[in-house]
Amino acid sequence: MSSSVPTPKKTTSSHGRHRRIEGWPLVFTVLVTVSILVGTVVEFAPIFLARGATTPMATLTPFTPLELAGRDLYIREGCNNCHSQMVRPFQDEVQRYGPPGTAAETAYETPFLWGSKRTGPDLSRVGGKYPHLWHVRHMEEPVSTSPRSIMPPYPWLLTRRLDLDDLPRRVRAHQTLGIPYSDADVAGAVDAARTQAQAIAQEVASQGGPADLADREIVAMVAFLQRLGVDARANAANAPTTALVR
Amino acid sequence: MALPDTPAPVVAPADEGRSRFEVFSYDDQIVRFFLLATVIWGAVGMLVGVLLAIQLPWPEANLGPYLTFGRLRPLHTNAVIFAFAGNSIFAAMYYSTQRLCKARMFSDVMSRVHFWGWQAIIVSAAITLPLGITTSKEYAELEWPIDIAIAVVWVVFAVNFFGTLWRRREPHMYVALWFYIATIITVAVLHIGNSLALPVALGKSYPIYRGVQDALVQWWYGHNAVAFFLTTPFLGLMYYFLPKAAERPVFSYRLSIIHFWSLVFVYIWAGPHHLLYTAVPEWAATLGMVFSVMLWMPSWGGMINGLFTLRGAWDKLRDSVVLKMFVIGITFYGMSTFEGPMLSVKSVNALSHYTDWNIAHVHSGALGWNGFLTFGMIYWLVPRLWRTEWWSEKMATAHFWTGTIGILLYVLAMYTSGITQGLMWRAYDDAGRLVYPDFIETVVQIIPMYWVRLLGGTLYLLGVVGLIVNLWMTIRKAPKHLPDPAVALPAEAAAPARYSARTAA
Repeated sequence: MSSSVPTPKKTTSSHGRHRRIEGWPLVFTVLVTVSILVGTVVEFAPIFLARGATTPMATLTPFTPLELAGRDLYIREGCNNCHSQMVRPFQDEVQRYGPPGTAAETAYETPFLWGSKRTGPDLSRVGGKYPHLWHVRHMEEPVSTSPRSIMPPYPWLLTRRLDLDDLPRRVRAHQTLGIPYSDADVAGAVDAARTQAQAIAQEVASQGGPADLADREIVAMVAFLQRLGVDARANAANAPTTALVR
Repeated sequence: MALPDTPAPVVAPADEGRSRFEVFSYDDQIVRFFLLATVIWGAVGMLVGVLLAIQLPWPEANLGPYLTFGRLRPLHTNAVIFAFAGNSIFAAMYYSTQRLCKARMFSDVMSRVHFWGWQAIIVSAAITLPLGITTSKEYAELEWPIDIAIAVVWVVFAVNFFGTLWRRREPHMYVALWFYIATIITVAVLHIGNSLALPVALGKSYPIYRGVQDALVQWWYGHNAVAFFLTTPFLGLMYYFLPKAAERPVFSYRLSIIHFWSLVFVYIWAGPHHLLYTAVPEWAATLGMVFSVMLWMPSWGGMINGLFTLRGAWDKLRDSVVLKMFVIGITFYGMSTFEGPMLSVKSVNALSHYTDWNIAHVHSGALGWNGFLTFGMIYWLVPRLWRTEWWSEKMATAHFWTGTIGILLYVLAMYTSGITQGLMWRAYDDAGRLVYPDFIETVVQIIPMYWVRLLGGTLYLLGVVGLIVNLWMTIRKAPKHLPDPAVALPAEAAAPARYSARTAA
């Protein structure tokens, strides 16, 4: 390191030009704003103007009201902090979870729940993988179905009553945002949710589980988890094969 | 700069009764407020982090339903980013902006509204997140009423800041102010852009974006929260406090221009690197990767300008805990801004994504860069703000060492765990079968690293506890009355800059 005391460098003409805007906060602020908007516009314009990225898959149908309620519970409990919902096109991931995630199958998802961390396994293809009762037992006490699991237990999902009061408004909001729910879907949201909850609860009971879960939060959570990846599987028959990276 | 022959229009004609000096004062009380909030929320945010670090290897520490990992993780990230780092940059901005502008903040009332509004937002986050009121979007988990409050407080802050610029007595804006301008503008754009949502209840809303759109908007926000909340304001902090502490001018003015504009222009493109190999369009992911790699150079421009400012002053590190902290902080900045571009390269990301490698990366940024820069600033500021020496220099040095060892243990543990798990996920045997088909096998393998991480994080927190004790004892021996520092400038030099700058131009 030089021991001499540094002297200020001589200001050149190019410094002079920048010097000038250093005295103009307004001009400076406008230039900064333009700088950050260039990248923003270039990246967003195609995504928002072209339909490609948001066109739904042919077999995609919106979540049922109960599944929507379950999705909101998934968000409430912060499941997305440990579980991804996006399979990448790698052979090991496809072998482990299922086909890679696509834009077309998430077109009705707001917010998106792809996640950024896999402390537990990916869930985007978990629907239908286990019986309903497995999910009930697993949420109540994870190590009962998955020994050595570090997932926390969620026993309150089996005891707390499922709040459906808001459900029509939530379905309506999705309709407003352009997701194809009919007015009848909105009006019948609570009844539809009750019917589906009843069916799930009966199946859980028939598999030897608790008998009184139809009005508990757990049925919504199970409904949501059992839906994940189902539409994509229905679509798989006529889908082109994706090249996988090993 | 006002030229010598520039007429100064605001100076009144010679008047016998008028002082030839203009006297004004700096508002240091607001800086003290923000500084205290920084250390208190820092300890809270890190304490939650330690609890999370216990919960991973020992799930019994999940105290349901309100204190489970899923609900506390956003509380931890929000507390460290917006409460700890947030209050820290506000302390830095309020202290340095006034001095760089030779002007008191535009409005004391606005300063107070900013301070108390921000603390109220933090408290409401600490209440709503454990209750499960969350949008699920990372670092933007707070629901719409709090989002609106953030926008309002930010606008108050912006008016106060730009008002101060408007009333400045120094025509030239120093480089720290450029970074503050970029921070204030961009954070506002990002926050509003990403938070647009349709409310259905007081604590529930749905984003107006869907699927791929929502993912891209979220990571445009998420990555640039790192850029414009955790990088640009801290570079501004560095540009002000490092030369002060080192008593050396900034290494290169030209470099500061180049790296400022390239950083501001390039950073905003990098968001999609969080979405490599996902369902976002290939071109967007590749664009994100390319710009992320380009970011390496402007980032290192900042690091080089910081470290080279110490040329001829490295011997001062021996006695100055402030400079020690700054050097570690800037070094971590250099390391994590090399690591970031590297993680954005697709083939590296294929291994690192979804693993603890990212956790190591963000902590080398937040604890290494933001934390140590904050501590350096605090150790420099407190004797000036409270007008007394630190109660214990030894404790300050101990903080430096516990923090440094803590963060090193933390990141090494998480590198090991991240790379181990990433390799196990993709391991095939000779027969083409997954070696670890059962996910849990890859979890059990890294649990020892979780304990090492807990040790590192706890050490780091202990350092902060030491800082709080030291600060408390220092304040106790400080003078009770701390009047705002007054400045007298010759009336001509004190002419509001907007006039002289205009004439000079």
